[in-house]
Amino acid sequence: MKIELRDITKRFGPVVANDGISVTIEGGTIHGLLGENGAGKTTLMKILSGYQSCDAGSIFLDGRAVRLRSPAEAITAGIGMLHQDPLDIPQLSVLDNFMLGREGGWRLRREAARATLRELCARFGFALDPDAIVGALTVGERQQLELVRLLSLGIRAIILDEPTTGISAPQKALLFETLQRLAGEGLTVVFVSHKLDEVGQLCSRATVLRRGRVAGEVRAPFTADELVTLMFDQCLERSPREPACLGAPAVELRDASICTYRIALHDVSISVCAGEVLGLAGLEGSGQSLFLQACAGILPIASGAITVAGREMTRQPYRRYLEAGVAFVPAARLEEGLVSGLTVREHVALLGDGGGPFIRWPHADALAADMIRTYNIVGTPHTAVHELSGGNQQRALLALLPERLNLLLMEHPTRGLDIESADWVWSRLLQRREQGTAIIFTSTDLDELVENSDRIVVFSGGAMSQPVNACDITCEELGHLIGGRRP
Amino acid sequence: MKAHLAGRRALLALVAIALTFVSSTIILLLAGANPLEAFGHLLTGAFESPRKLGDVAVAAVPLLLCSAGMLVTFAAGLWNIGVEGQMVAGAVAATWAALAVPAPAGVMIPLTIVAGLAGGALWGLLAGVLKTYGHVHEIFAGLGLNFVSMALTNYLIFGPWKPPDGATMSGTDPFPEAAWMPVITGTRASAIPLLLAVVAIAAVYVMLRDTRWGLTLKAIGLNGQAARRMGINDRLHVLVAFAVCGGLAGLAGAVQATAVYHRLIPGISGGYGYLSQLVVLLSGLRAAWVPLVVFFFSVVQVGSPRLELRMQVDSSLGGVLQASLVLFFLLVNGLGRRLERRRE
Repeated sequence: MKIELRDITKRFGPVVANDGISVTIEGGTIHGLLGENGAGKTTLMKILSGYQSCDAGSIFLDGRAVRLRSPAEAITAGIGMLHQDPLDIPQLSVLDNFMLGREGGWRLRREAARATLRELCARFGFALDPDAIVGALTVGERQQLELVRLLSLGIRAIILDEPTTGISAPQKALLFETLQRLAGEGLTVVFVSHKLDEVGQLCSRATVLRRGRVAGEVRAPFTADELVTLMFDQCLERSPREPACLGAPAVELRDASICTYRIALHDVSISVCAGEVLGLAGLEGSGQSLFLQACAGILPIASGAITVAGREMTRQPYRRYLEAGVAFVPAARLEEGLVSGLTVREHVALLGDGGGPFIRWPHADALAADMIRTYNIVGTPHTAVHELSGGNQQRALLALLPERLNLLLMEHPTRGLDIESADWVWSRLLQRREQGTAIIFTSTDLDELVENSDRIVVFSGGAMSQPVNACDITCEELGHLIGGRRP
Repeated sequence: MKAHLAGRRALLALVAIALTFVSSTIILLLAGANPLEAFGHLLTGAFESPRKLGDVAVAAVPLLLCSAGMLVTFAAGLWNIGVEGQMVAGAVAATWAALAVPAPAGVMIPLTIVAGLAGGALWGLLAGVLKTYGHVHEIFAGLGLNFVSMALTNYLIFGPWKPPDGATMSGTDPFPEAAWMPVITGTRASAIPLLLAVVAIAAVYVMLRDTRWGLTLKAIGLNGQAARRMGINDRLHVLVAFAVCGGLAGLAGAVQATAVYHRLIPGISGGYGYLSQLVVLLSGLRAAWVPLVVFFFSVVQVGSPRLELRMQVDSSLGGVLQASLVLFFLLVNGLGRRLERRRE
């Protein structure tokens, strides 16, 4: 099936996620879709798979204009999507999951479905037990299940979103083999990834997105260098910055292992000193967030040791990290940082209005007004935080941080902010650095990393690189490291 | 902006009231009764004598206490369905004090009050522990404990606290008179419980508006994750919220035993726990509105028996009126929000 996307535009408030994107995907090919985080890949694929509607633009399947209002409609039209995180029902069996979304009468025909499932598994060499509970399977097996489920629904095009994160090497080889075979049989495959070598290995064509637009299209054979140039913007001139004035170690990890069900970081050893800024580079989901959460005491380390400001913190509760002067500013500002529904002054009263069981509202109001002035927040003490813009939420989060901090951990400190706000945020953060706070932050903006960090570590495929000095590296070199090349 | 919002709220409330009257009118017509006359009895029955007015106060006390408690748990985002059982636990504790401790009224009355508070708080705490440590959703914990408390009362009435001349469904022997709450002359109402109830709702109003704990509960209810990240010990606060709500409900139960029935009877909570759930929902979770809603509910509660006496219409119509008002209020609010979202 040939897929044509024409002038797709999608806005989320002031953010233009897709800005007139046009892509043509030939039938029976494997087409790569690349781009940094926030480039618009996921939004575009959600539109194509019926999860989201677009504000403007049109979709043509085999030359016929279609409107896809729900995933069910997209599947009927022949498009299925394999999500990065399996969207199955873990409590049910493989067979029950396999039968979901299937038409055909009110009676479940388990035996017929079992036969279809067996046949499909045998065809692709998948070893799925129909009676196993899905929650007990590996991510790779759940992916196989979803793939055969979609195929059994008669799809003619499949979108795979970062399918190789969290699966084993043999599972990956099997997946690639299957995809090539299916493409040979006429299935259209859209492969969304930011792993350049995989795209090079698998795809006959690749479209690169950048900031919501098509940055370019390449045909096989292509090199990783070509892709990197398309993926990342040119570097700006770097302004000179005072070198770090290092103090005692603020946080130290020794042989730490940090694990979740998807990804694991092993043997992490690093020390970050007071007054130092460490940038964490890497494609999203490569382990940077785990590292931050481990330093914040939110995700306990599985083995090894961690000290904060000289205190032994291994397996200590989160509260002790707060007491040790650690603060974590999450990227999900309204989900994890602020209490949506409470006002600015209520946040001030909750966090920093001195003791006593009664709130002195006039005092809290004065503090909030003061904070709004100092941090240039557009709002009043009575504004609910969820009504603030993203930039103002970030300012509010910074304003609410304790005055003295040993370690400040920030996930994407300037994501979604305009340039002026981003500069302002960094001026504040660098002031903290002058006061001797160690700052560790993640970012996908190479300029931001190179410009503000003293040292940078790169996360790639679940491993952390040795730190490099930010002044010794260019954005281009950093881009290659992120793409998976060894230094 | 704020005035506009208040205006809209008032309009929505009026629509809900109108719909309630329309639907009740249809029910009354189907039952072959004159709707105007029925509404008249329902709304004025409470005002025909000082004695009836006193009955309004008697009904209002448990509603105020339970609603005050439930505002606390609702602030923390908890659906405390177990208020009914917490009332019973308070009544059981107060009964124990009244039957087991020989003391003069000056000691006995405060003792039953404290016992009621403690019994209810423990029962509430049990639901809280099941939630925070046992990962049992508070709705199931509360519901389950309601049945347990019912069985417990029946066991006590037919077992250890059985009257000497044989156990009946009418409960234990009456308490010694020292444990009876004094009544206001000419009515069945007592001043002490009414005072306690008014103090409770006022305290909860101030607590939620002006104290750090109230704000902390709100933060936990709105976004537990963010609250935890701020260093708030949400588990502890949830437990305390359950204990406070349970305590107030327990006090309501104790008062039912010492001021209304003067004994422990099966089903002593009388559905007030569930009814106050409706009160709190109708007040939009705002303490300031609770007294008004409680007053209206109590008036209907006292007025509805007259339907049966004068018009041979079942008195449960009062309950239908209360419940449908809440349903229409929630419905109208839900639709209003949906319209608003669509306009955006």
